[in-house]
Amino acid sequence: MTDFLVRITISLKEGVLDPEASLIRRALENLGFPTGELKTSRQFLVRFHAENADDARKRAEAMCERLLANPVIHRYEIEVMK
Amino acid sequence: MRFAVVQFGGSNCDRDVAYALNDVCGIDTDLVWYKDGLTRAYDAVVLPGGFSYGDYLRAGAIAARTRIMDDVRRIAGRNGLVLGICNGAQILAESGLVPGIFTINSYPKFICRPAHLRVERSKTPFTLLYAEGEVVRIPIAHREGRYIPPSAGKTGKLKEECVAFRFCDPGGNVTPESNPNGSYENITGVLSAGGNILAMMPHPERASEDILGSSDGKRIFLSMARFIEENS
Repeated sequence: MTDFLVRITISLKEGVLDPEASLIRRALENLGFPTGELKTSRQFLVRFHAENADDARKRAEAMCERLLANPVIHRYEIEVMK
Repeated sequence: MRFAVVQFGGSNCDRDVAYALNDVCGIDTDLVWYKDGLTRAYDAVVLPGGFSYGDYLRAGAIAARTRIMDDVRRIAGRNGLVLGICNGAQILAESGLVPGIFTINSYPKFICRPAHLRVERSKTPFTLLYAEGEVVRIPIAHREGRYIPPSAGKTGKLKEECVAFRFCDPGGNVTPESNPNGSYENITGVLSAGGNILAMMPHPERASEDILGSSDGKRIFLSMARFIEENS
């Protein structure tokens, strides 16, 4: 078993309204930073034991499926860092 | 007949619902701490409003994955009734017991105010004392109440039979202006495919006595009791 650090990024699927992003975009515009696009996502850095990098990825996927993401609105990306 | 109201850490409408059931509707109701499990033979379970687990991650996400939800599934599986109100509705959606999800309002702010709802179906265990198309007044109080149905494909499209309530104007018209949180097609009450699980964002317990400004919500609890009487 090796210690792995995994970066999990949860974001909204294409086309799902992101009210916080719209609001932040407007606030930025008020500060003089007009933007063409602004999206939010949430990042989890998770350290855990796994057999190898493949196993670490599988476990991270399971974490997303079971809790971290909701399949109705979310997609997720997994990066096994070390 | 016996109802259970489940208390999670952060539930804050649990006692209100128990009061509406016990004292207003005369239904024997237990408050059950989530760690104790649903050990008695309950005819119905209510998941109350509040902020279970501080709404961390997503409203209802953590509570939906606690062990007591296995008990709720078991009760629902033998055709017991399950009602989720507000945070309880979010928990049911996160559990996959009703289709879709309740997420951040289209304007991302907490809304607490009266709302008009159109009763879309009266042949359900929760609405049999209403007329189809009837307009009722039941308040809402949430920040994550915007309903999104499952996308067609993997989980299947939302069936109209699953829609229990829609936001509407006082005349019963379902309009964009009467949709306070941007819910898909104004939907704010969703039933499971079997019809014995209802997730709703409005708070019927806050509209269960005239002194509260409306007693329209009381009939949800009374409908459940009537249904259980007639089917036991």
